[in-house]
Amino acid sequence: MTKVVCYVELDADGVVDASARALTFARGITTRPTTLAALLPSPPTAEALGQLQSFGVSDVAVLEHDGISGYSPTALSRCLDAMSGEEDTLAVVAAATDHGNEVLAHLAATTGRDFVAVCTAAREEDGGGFSLTRHRWGGSLLEDSVLRAPRAIFSVSTDAVPPVPAPAATAPTTRTIRPELSAQELALQAAESRPESSGVALASAKVVVSGGRGVGGPEGFAVIEELAALLGGAVGVSRVVTSLGWRPHREQVGQTGTKVTPDLYLACGISGAIQHLAGCQSAKQMVAINTDPDAPIMARADYAVIGDVSEVLPALVAALGERRSRGRGE
Amino acid sequence: MDVLVCVKRVPMVGGRIALQPDQRHIDTTLLGFTVSPHEECAVEEAVQVTEAHGGEVTVLTLGPPEAAEQLRAAVSVGAASAVLLPTEEEGLGPIATARAITSAVTRLERERSRVFDLVMFGNEAADTGDYQVGIRVAHALGRAVATGVKQLEVTAGEAVARREYRGAEELFRLPLPAVVTVKEGINLPRYPSLPGRMRAKKATIVTFVPETPDEAVEMRTLRVPTSERRSAEVLGHGKEAVPALVSLLEKMGVVS
Repeated sequence: MTKVVCYVELDADGVVDASARALTFARGITTRPTTLAALLPSPPTAEALGQLQSFGVSDVAVLEHDGISGYSPTALSRCLDAMSGEEDTLAVVAAATDHGNEVLAHLAATTGRDFVAVCTAAREEDGGGFSLTRHRWGGSLLEDSVLRAPRAIFSVSTDAVPPVPAPAATAPTTRTIRPELSAQELALQAAESRPESSGVALASAKVVVSGGRGVGGPEGFAVIEELAALLGGAVGVSRVVTSLGWRPHREQVGQTGTKVTPDLYLACGISGAIQHLAGCQSAKQMVAINTDPDAPIMARADYAVIGDVSEVLPALVAALGERRSRGRGE
Repeated sequence: MDVLVCVKRVPMVGGRIALQPDQRHIDTTLLGFTVSPHEECAVEEAVQVTEAHGGEVTVLTLGPPEAAEQLRAAVSVGAASAVLLPTEEEGLGPIATARAITSAVTRLERERSRVFDLVMFGNEAADTGDYQVGIRVAHALGRAVATGVKQLEVTAGEAVARREYRGAEELFRLPLPAVVTVKEGINLPRYPSLPGRMRAKKATIVTFVPETPDEAVEMRTLRVPTSERRSAEVLGHGKEAVPALVSLLEKMGVVS
């Protein structure tokens, strides 16, 4: 029996979606019989344990250390090292989130092993080693590689596979791991605080109204904000808009900003550089408003309006406003 | 407060990526080059740290001889000296890259007889996106590391690094010397001044040839994802398209 070890992130609802996808991915990397082990940063609720079983986990390990109260990439990496030290370990995986990539990079650095980040496919080859596909340029380019190293470390792209349950026959066994940590490793842990949120969070918004250079200037974003409010959505921007100082960087959608997954992405005056599309390609539907019918965004959008955003958006906001007041009158 | 900042030369790809016929390299015939956006911010942050606390910024890159252009760009916005680790290989993997940078840091620190208080990177390179070089260098140097940093405060002996994750703010305290990888948004990089450009032109670039160990990961081919090209249905031109747009939004269920 070979073993795959997965770092699993938890939130108030249990196993996070990206980790459920990583577990699904982990089950598919070999045709050999495999046990799936999960490392958790904190003790699971009964609900989370049930989710882990439903995704095929048979061995649950929980980080426990008197000196650790916040997220600690070094402590988590020591736990993964302890869980993957034996010969029977085939791979260590995690979701390619900021935390997942960070924990796996620490594991790779301390063990001298290879770490292949943001994989969309991985398959064990007959003669040993793996054939892999991974993202480059935030997913705008795919790289096919082979990895010839034991106990491979991968992070799993959040769009690699949908989360598919495959229940383990019995409830997982649960144990704790107390890693031995140096003073420096102990010191590296996050103090967390949760700021008051205002408005719709960009990363989880169902509708994103995004503006680019074609909006014309900072004052052009008033109508973008108005439209986002009417649609119950969040405001996004392209990189040039933040580089020019028109809007804050936290609104930037793209490879170096926020990756969004809305039902509707409305791209206004955005030409569609690959770095921008890397942040919005998971949108279910994309509508582009642009003066240039040959802009790259048009090759990715489902619907297009050819025109100037400063003309189209005020008319759209007026039509939606009128529709709303008519609805109230009835 | 001396800071070393590591950058990588990457092509300025725009609307689409074209590959060379060998399917292993990007066709850069018509493209300019720059550094990854996170690294442009790392250079700016390094300059701001030395402006506030004194000391100098050294910029380092591993890449082809042409990467001297990116080193000069960093000098033009405030770096004092520049180091090139030339490599013929187009793409060194993350283990080899980290090893070359670590040995260069060690050598520079020995020659200067003092350590860099901060070694800075971008969170990940725009092209290969390996998410690990900074962390590998930190472990090899035995220094603490924080990644994806969006706000940095440096005081005597300590760096306080903040970032955001799933709606929460995470704060790390790192004893100096330390390694920090930053993300775009930590600052707004400045444009080079005229004296900066003159200084960049005249800057001496120090060159060390790195060792390049074999890698266990071997790239076979690159490809552009296929399923993404759509042909947009045009709803109309200008204001005349608004009724069709409103019906579409109704159909999608985003207006009630």
